[in-house]
Amino acid sequence: MTGKIVKISGPLVVAENIPSARLYDVVKVGNEKLTGEIIEIRDNRAWIQVYEETSGVSVGEEVETTGEPLSVELGPGLLKSIYDGIQRPLEEISKKGGIFITRGINVPALNRDKKWDFVPTVKKGDKVQQGDILGEVQETNLISHKIMVPPNVSGEILEVKSGKYTVDEIVAIIDYDGKKIEVKMYQKWPIRKPRAYKQKFVPTKPLITGQRVFDTFFPLTKGGVAAIPGPFGSGKSVSQQQIAKWCDAQIIVYIGCGERGNEMTDVLKEFPELKDPNSGDPLMERTILIANTSNMPIAAREASIYTGITIAEYFRDMGLDVALMADSTSRWAEALREISGRLEEMPGEEGYPAYLTSRIAEFYERAGRVSPLGNKSNEGSVTVIGAVSPPGGDLSEPVSQGTLQVTKVFWALDSSLAYARHYPAINWLNSYSRYDDVVEKFYDLEVNPEFSQLRRQSLELLQKEAELLEIIRIVGMDSLSVKDRLILDVAKSLREDYLQQFAFDPIDTYTSLNKQYYMLKAIITFYEIAVQIAETSDEFDIEELLDLPVKEEIVGMKLVPESEISKIESLSKKITKELMKFKPEKDVTEADQPDYYRVIRDLDDEI
Amino acid sequence: MKKWYKTIKELYGPLLIVEGVENAKFEDLVEVETQDGEIRKGRVLEARDDRAVVQMFDTTSGIDIKNSKASFLGKTLKLGVSELMLGRVFNGFGDVMDGGEEIIPEKELDINGFPLNPYMREFPEDFIQTGVSTIDVMNTLVQGQKLPIFSVAGLPHSKLAAQIVRQSKVIKEGKVDSNFAIVFGAIGITFEESQFFINEFKKTGALFKTVMFINLANDPVIERITLPRLALTTAEYLAYEKNMNVLVVLTDITNYCNSLREVSAARKEVPGRRSYPGYMYTDLASLYERAGKVDGSTGSITQLPILTMPEGDKTHPIPDLTGYITEGQIVLAPELEKKGINPPVAVLASLSRLMNKGIGEGKTREDHSGVANQLFAGYAKGRELRELAQILGESSLSEDDRKFVQFVDAFEKEFVNQGYENDRSIEESLNLGWKLLAMLPEKELKRVKKEHIEKYMNK
Repeated sequence: MTGKIVKISGPLVVAENIPSARLYDVVKVGNEKLTGEIIEIRDNRAWIQVYEETSGVSVGEEVETTGEPLSVELGPGLLKSIYDGIQRPLEEISKKGGIFITRGINVPALNRDKKWDFVPTVKKGDKVQQGDILGEVQETNLISHKIMVPPNVSGEILEVKSGKYTVDEIVAIIDYDGKKIEVKMYQKWPIRKPRAYKQKFVPTKPLITGQRVFDTFFPLTKGGVAAIPGPFGSGKSVSQQQIAKWCDAQIIVYIGCGERGNEMTDVLKEFPELKDPNSGDPLMERTILIANTSNMPIAAREASIYTGITIAEYFRDMGLDVALMADSTSRWAEALREISGRLEEMPGEEGYPAYLTSRIAEFYERAGRVSPLGNKSNEGSVTVIGAVSPPGGDLSEPVSQGTLQVTKVFWALDSSLAYARHYPAINWLNSYSRYDDVVEKFYDLEVNPEFSQLRRQSLELLQKEAELLEIIRIVGMDSLSVKDRLILDVAKSLREDYLQQFAFDPIDTYTSLNKQYYMLKAIITFYEIAVQIAETSDEFDIEELLDLPVKEEIVGMKLVPESEISKIESLSKKITKELMKFKPEKDVTEADQPDYYRVIRDLDDEI
Repeated sequence: MKKWYKTIKELYGPLLIVEGVENAKFEDLVEVETQDGEIRKGRVLEARDDRAVVQMFDTTSGIDIKNSKASFLGKTLKLGVSELMLGRVFNGFGDVMDGGEEIIPEKELDINGFPLNPYMREFPEDFIQTGVSTIDVMNTLVQGQKLPIFSVAGLPHSKLAAQIVRQSKVIKEGKVDSNFAIVFGAIGITFEESQFFINEFKKTGALFKTVMFINLANDPVIERITLPRLALTTAEYLAYEKNMNVLVVLTDITNYCNSLREVSAARKEVPGRRSYPGYMYTDLASLYERAGKVDGSTGSITQLPILTMPEGDKTHPIPDLTGYITEGQIVLAPELEKKGINPPVAVLASLSRLMNKGIGEGKTREDHSGVANQLFAGYAKGRELRELAQILGESSLSEDDRKFVQFVDAFEKEFVNQGYENDRSIEESLNLGWKLLAMLPEKELKRVKKEHIEKYMNK
């Protein structure tokens, strides 16, 4: 007995009398056995979203249920893979279908032939419970994949193997209340259900990205959530990719959700060539890509972000830090809208379904820092960075608003900055991070005690610049005091020599926290001392001061390799020394001696 | 044996509803025989129980539903393709329009195509020299890219497109690649405009390398929805099976979107922004994404869609959604055109996302990225200062600032304003860039490398 199709409208198919149809179960639709998912049931009719193109499917064809919800396979073989929205491996598909993705191809997500070296960490007779580690597989040079006791299983180990096995072979047998549970190296998990954990915590550690504007000014935490909305052409994807390349998470899940095919190819070709800054191994070894490009079926786009986050949670449960990038959540929301429209649901704002905001919130809530189930001492985290593509760049639209309600970091991309080729085009006046206080504590402790003070001062100077520019627009440059001139100069330096970071330059693409600190220190030192000079003297030539040769070195800081970081470290002192020639002629008493004399004294002592 | 249904129940706009249909197929092709025995074609948009909603490609006027009948062909719309299509003209349904012989197809392809497997794509990185400085230097086009022209009604976008088609060449190892083809899709444009393109193709002798699909302003509106798909199916065949480098010019996408809206309205769908359908992003993506290069073929598809922004508004859904899908955009500005600057490319608003991989040593020249960035930065700053000078007067500017304003004027007059007949090599364009950069104070040249300044400036 099978169900029969009664209606087809794009990706939505309605079928009648499917035996034992349950909501969210996966079904096989029509003669070509296209994969679909039941999303609504009324009486004996089931509404099905189909993950493949439906043209040519006819009324009357059969529909069968698989009796299982839409799930992903979790086990060795995930890393370095590229999947479509419902975890079909695109590399394997290309072996069957050539350059195009044709229909009805069924390939298991994890390779069934590849043998993995399973090293057990438990022995016969051990008592284990769900989430406990049974053994390890060195999946790539970077990642040791932990094989865990499947969900809702506990008991005594009756048998455990060691050696080379495929994911489909049994590696352990657990006695669970008298039942013999055979454990393989992979498990299945329904994508719409968050994976369980022991306890959730507030994030405290920064996710270091090597991108100055993010790390210094608008930091994200491990387990935190960030939104990066911006109009097209403002560099959203490049920013996301930069984070994917350089951030210090151990696993990267990158979801290309309804975006460009060429962009995914870029990631696909580039990641294997890029080296992890810590280990020197290819970054691809820690990466999983999910590609549902804009011309791939829309229902699979809806599923893609759940597929991605379930994989992220799985690695989190091993006690790893995972960063997930979703580019772009707007395309996912549009998929929701399209399916909702075909279901003939009552539309909410701008045609989006009324449940849009709750779906967005549910998704982001799957991020976080947790203590995973089982015998693991490590915490794990999932950090989510969601790109939003607001139509016309207008943030008042429902997807942006729904996202901003739940994310704590906001990286405002600005097209006017992009026009001026200021990249990354993150607007420093509108962006914010609500993690700044915890991260400042971390930086002050780990990098330098004055980091947070430099950071706040820089932000303040940039803010003042904006105010001054307003004034100039009205009354012109002449009205500015010397101090104002200095503010404009330091702000320009902050913008051009610090905030601007060229993603395609081999050195500038990544800046360590130490280098960030020294760079900021040099820029602010120049300003501070110049202000002190301006306060004690009114007879110096400001043009000459601002044109000092040492300024060239400030400009060149970003291109100094990490190995020569001492050059930047010593720059602050050099700046102080050069600025000394502007010191006032008149004698100064010890009492009103400004700071810089002390610096110079220290410097002379050293030399 | 064809089965004819005499049960056409409703007819509104381009849609027709047939009842009592057995096992209607989604996207099935439909033939309707009118009371006069005339055959018109359509396809199934929705199949529900025994009802089929059919979208007609031809006009629906003059159909008497009581005395007409419909037949379902049991196949989706396919296009017979062959290399013999080069040099020929077709309509939006794939029928031969130039009075010549029918094409004997080598194979039949589904016009919706299949999505390219991202795993099999090659990243586009081969520089195409268009001979237009503003594109070559500042918004470089590469093979396999989709780079639309955002224009406004009344601007000479056709001239620019024709210039690009005429002058484009790929230079590999010193030789100009000649294995190219042009697929031209005219979507609802005027007779005059389409003649302009045909003449341009004739002028360069490229006509025998061109496949044309033409739907004029007075041709059936619904054909405009299938036309770009026919064009792209042809392009895919030529590129991936015949290894040709195909340049696809589609004009005007705005007309395409308006047809989509018309069908959506007739189907009484929930309208999205400006009453365009909510799925327009996905629909446009199914066109634009059919550009690229793939593993296993030396061919490529480069798309140059043209759209006119209603009221010049870039946030209008058509340019907005297009911009999110395509890899950049060339924006034309009315104010430049009014100043007599041609082609009126608004350099700052334009962008090529794939540029970085297609330029530099071995592709164009080592100094390319620096020069482009410096020109952008200088032009952006200079324009701001020029505006400031307009408010506060020239005297409010410092000497350095005045240099920037002079730079902006010279940049527009010499670099942008090259005319439609001038074919500049990339070296010429870069050298011109250096000549202009020399007008700026040297300490402001932060984006170019020192050694390049010595090597190229004032040379």
